[in-house]
Amino acid sequence: MANYSTNEFRSGLKVMLDGEPCSILENEYVKPGKGQAFNRVKLRNLNTGRVWERTFKSGESLEGADVMELDMEYLYTDGDFWHFMLTDGSFEQHGADEKALGDTVKWLKEQEVYTVTLFNGAPISVTPPNFIELDVTETDPGLKGDTAQGGSKPATLTTGAVVRVPLFVNIGDKLRIDTRTGDYVSRA
Amino acid sequence: MNKLWQPSAPIENLRLRAETLNQVRQFFYDRHILEVETPILGRGGSTDPYLDSMITVCSGGGMSESVTLYLQTSPEFHMKRLLAAGSGPIWQLSRSFRNGEASKRHNPEFSMLEWYRPDFNLQRLMAEVQELLEVVLGEKAVGFSRYRDLFRTHLAIDPFDTSLDELRCHATDYAGINASDLDRESCCDLLMSHVIEPELGQEGFTFVYEYPAAQAALARLKSDQEGDLVADRFECYYQGLELANGYHELCDPREQKERFSQDNKIRRQLGKSTVQEDILLLEALHSGLPDCSGVALGFDRLLMLRAGITDISEILSFDMNRA
Repeated sequence: MANYSTNEFRSGLKVMLDGEPCSILENEYVKPGKGQAFNRVKLRNLNTGRVWERTFKSGESLEGADVMELDMEYLYTDGDFWHFMLTDGSFEQHGADEKALGDTVKWLKEQEVYTVTLFNGAPISVTPPNFIELDVTETDPGLKGDTAQGGSKPATLTTGAVVRVPLFVNIGDKLRIDTRTGDYVSRA
Repeated sequence: MNKLWQPSAPIENLRLRAETLNQVRQFFYDRHILEVETPILGRGGSTDPYLDSMITVCSGGGMSESVTLYLQTSPEFHMKRLLAAGSGPIWQLSRSFRNGEASKRHNPEFSMLEWYRPDFNLQRLMAEVQELLEVVLGEKAVGFSRYRDLFRTHLAIDPFDTSLDELRCHATDYAGINASDLDRESCCDLLMSHVIEPELGQEGFTFVYEYPAAQAALARLKSDQEGDLVADRFECYYQGLELANGYHELCDPREQKERFSQDNKIRRQLGKSTVQEDILLLEALHSGLPDCSGVALGFDRLLMLRAGITDISEILSFDMNRA
């Protein structure tokens, strides 16, 4: 992989740091009136999701990370791996393990398209779309006429995820959920 | 979203800019300090290892051969030649250029407000900087602190006595940097910019003075009360932003030449190209620079503080991305 100098660091650039693939979040150039300039950098460790703050001498460089973010459709799970297929017509498939899948398991739906991050060709994380539509499989009976205000209750969705929903929601309703917060948005 | 052809500053900030420039011009006019204009291009450039000049070529038009010219990183050299020629106190607002310096506080092309005062020591010049800041930003509390005392207060170390190993440990602890190849000066720069600077000037204007001798740049050296060699220079901070940098100016041509050579030696070690030293400045120093102090103040940063903004582009008609 190519090396990238601090002045090429941009938000979204993927680099290797301490043997871990990282995505640069922020790069701040710091220079005292006289003397050495530095870059204060925030990076997300793509393996753990943790954010690191590091300082580099300006002009120092890091090796690029072989990281690709691909749009892939979820197919099925065999219990150990969750299989995804590229949406570009190539039918190329990759299996993500439990660690790579992480919390996204709560939002997995067949034929939905996810962003799969590959490091050295293998999936290390799976990001769901910001909004997803899922059916309710279990919740207390809905209260007629109770539309907008007042109270909420838990509802279990087809994926097993539990979200807080308004009282009028019934089993079998299709709901729109914000996957970033896990919040109910509306009935779909 | 704002389009690229449009200015990066709201027009109201450009009005503020014009108004401030009027105040500044009046300030110097009232003090009988001569406004001058000097070239932005020079045959010599700043040799400072950590300043990079932009370079251009002038040719044709009856010149026998093309000349490589440095866009000046500050108007210092030309202004000192005016002082040596007997100008008396002078000031100017000059476009200055520093390659690779771009951030929310830096634009590679910026406006430097620079002035020189024959027969002023640093104390008098600091007082004058304070007066100017009060005109533009209003009255504030003022604090003075020596460089080494700041390290003692904020980090409980003495930057002059602490071992290099310990300085490197502090650098790693505070900034998460691999400090194994940092020298003393870089460790101090790092601690200063990451730990101390953000705290400076929160209550008002803070003047920092007596810097390590290695950071003298174009300032004179002297002994401090502990008997260590220090640079007779100051910097002024307000709200964590470095605003101004002043020197009791070096007048000795031999020492100046030695510093140019030393800088270029460091530049070579850093793998940077050397810079043509300013021969005409050296000649001017030989002819005699009056004892004087001078200060450079970032005019755009002054405006940032006045406008209460944190991104320099919002005070520039067109920042580098739109130039």
